[in-house]
Amino acid sequence: MILARPGRWIVGRLILALLALSSASACFAVSQIDTFEFSDEVQERRYRALIDEFRCPKCLNTNLAGSDAPIAQDLRKVVYRLVVIEAKADQEVRDYLQVRYGDFVLYDPPFNARTWYIWVVPIGLGLLGVLVILGLQRRVTGQRTVLDSSQQARLRSIVQGTAAADADGTAGAKNPETKS
Amino acid sequence: MNRASLFVPLGVFVLILTLGYVGFDLGARSELPSALINKPFPEFNARLLGRPEQSITRDDLLGQPTLVNVWATWCPTCLSEHEQLMQIAATTDVQIVGVNYKDRPDKALRWLAQFGNPYRWVLDDRDGLLGIEMGVYGAPETFLLDARGEVVYKRVGDINPRIWRSELAPRLLQLGVSIAGSDADGARQP
Repeated sequence: MILARPGRWIVGRLILALLALSSASACFAVSQIDTFEFSDEVQERRYRALIDEFRCPKCLNTNLAGSDAPIAQDLRKVVYRLVVIEAKADQEVRDYLQVRYGDFVLYDPPFNARTWYIWVVPIGLGLLGVLVILGLQRRVTGQRTVLDSSQQARLRSIVQGTAAADADGTAGAKNPETKS
Repeated sequence: MNRASLFVPLGVFVLILTLGYVGFDLGARSELPSALINKPFPEFNARLLGRPEQSITRDDLLGQPTLVNVWATWCPTCLSEHEQLMQIAATTDVQIVGVNYKDRPDKALRWLAQFGNPYRWVLDDRDGLLGIEMGVYGAPETFLLDARGEVVYKRVGDINPRIWRSELAPRLLQLGVSIAGSDADGARQP
């Protein structure tokens, strides 16, 4: 159990990647290791939903259900105890883990002073995108209305003079290059 | 469209690169921010290692700054930080309390006899339940408590000379702990 040894993080990540690759079998292994007894199906379903919901504090990105880390095993026991023995509501279990392990264990982070930007930045970028698109559109339509009537007449005469086949002058007016 | 605005996409691209570089470079992912910082240390009632008839509670830690060090014999990093803890015990008057986390008491006692015991008390947390109260997810982890029992600092990983100098010693001085051989510009090992 080695934590925070900067020189070894690459090795650690490789190991984690290998663990992730074998996670399909690990998931099943986990459900076999934990021999919990449930008095009814609802309890079991709640337990499974909850361990799916929390992130293992030790892992980069694995939930409690999918992790073989010792702390994940312990926390599964805690969730079992809270749900089955102490008959806590789902929200009480969430609060219990959040108080001890912080927002990190929640995949769905709350909106607070430390996390506001992960909520606000995407919305802000979206708004910015809308503004940029509106601005571009306005510019394009603005270019279309530049020609006044005398310019239009001149343009038409040019187009008719050079391309006799194209009798309709409006097609040429769409080309912004001709305005200046 | 003027010429300068042609560089806007390049600027955006560089900005994204920079964000990505900085984001991936915030390396210390393993240091999860503690939910306990600036909050009171959790209530507990734990038996002492090797003296199961005796137990201490949170109240026993109050009245002076305390280092709570989570360790185990199965944790090699705990052994590598042990010398630093011995030195802290020898050169400061901070109270150091060990939490023997998910370990076997006989092994732990032998370990302390072999490598020395920097702890005033060692709590026996063989099932890791106290660890869960503290938000521990591995070992070693070290908490610094002020005299009122509030967590002012948490270190995930070993207490090495660098951490001692840059993070721990200044905070101990701030809490009024006297450090032998320390001078005005901070703590220096004698």
